[in-house]
Amino acid sequence: MLVSIYRYNPEVDDAPYMQDYNIDLPAGKDLMVLDVLNIIKAQDPAVSYRRSCREGVCGSDGMNMSGKNGLACITPVSEAAKNGKLVLRPLPGLPVVRDLVVDMGQFYKQYEKIKPFLINDAPAPAIERLQSPEEREKLDGLYECILCACCSTACPSFWWNPDKFVGPSGLLQAYRFLADSRDTATQDRLSELDDPFSVFRCHGIMNCVNVCPKGLNPTKAIGSIRSMLLQRAT
Amino acid sequence: MVTQITSFGRSGLYDWMMQRISAIVLALYSVFIIGYLVLNPDLTYEQWSGLFETTWMRIFSLMALLSVGIHSWIGLWSVSTDYIKATGVRFLFQAVCGLAMFVYIVWGIQVLWGL
Repeated sequence: MLVSIYRYNPEVDDAPYMQDYNIDLPAGKDLMVLDVLNIIKAQDPAVSYRRSCREGVCGSDGMNMSGKNGLACITPVSEAAKNGKLVLRPLPGLPVVRDLVVDMGQFYKQYEKIKPFLINDAPAPAIERLQSPEEREKLDGLYECILCACCSTACPSFWWNPDKFVGPSGLLQAYRFLADSRDTATQDRLSELDDPFSVFRCHGIMNCVNVCPKGLNPTKAIGSIRSMLLQRAT
Repeated sequence: MVTQITSFGRSGLYDWMMQRISAIVLALYSVFIIGYLVLNPDLTYEQWSGLFETTWMRIFSLMALLSVGIHSWIGLWSVSTDYIKATGVRFLFQAVCGLAMFVYIVWGIQVLWGL
């Protein structure tokens, strides 16, 4: 199989380029893209990428596979390859450190901005802060995010304004704390988001939903934040 | 919180709501005008100018005109902040858009009430 990989080593290369590798896939097995990368790495140890858990939990190996963002470890080659060719590029929109490794700084900055931790002014009770099963249910589909950045780097609004627009991942997390019955900073959180960029740069094109490897729906969460802002203001 | 002084209402929520309200007005106006033209295939000048002499039609047209201004301002402001990264060029683009919006509204009012 022909695998084309984005190569760039800023210490050596003047410009990024695509390098082709011809590899023999074992018959009768549908490998994951990460397995293919490992085979290539054995041939050419200079090829760089991030990986850790190899089972879609850590979110390290987010990359662009034949045009679509996803986790290499849980994407089968049969799904990622187009016309017998697999094209691997780094996540779009973020600065490339080397080959498929991107600088996630801007992404984490936006995550930090939404204060991704529970804020509660009340003194801690003797036991844990209780939630009803219904209140807990509201966090389903929000807390599962692994911060792989597949969604935010598939979003044109994040590409053009990564410093101002929080991005789908950050906003999903923002809503995770807005929806939490134990969090008391709801009003402050909403005030932080009520500007023309942080939330409202989302135009609802749903690229984030299309690529999320965990099957989450940031667009729906963004809609819920909008509704909360609207309810507060009318 | 990202502060912006060139957006329409300075609040993202306000801009977003105005964008939707103006879109509804424009949709209603378009449906009405197209419907009127379809239902009156033999339209005469007298009938057409008569329609625009009624006060409700003038108010409806003015609403549509203001909606065009608001809708296009919010839309083009978004586009310019997405794609034009040089502040001077972006400001110039926004100034031209703002001027065009102002001219169209004043001119439109003149047309509507000048018939």
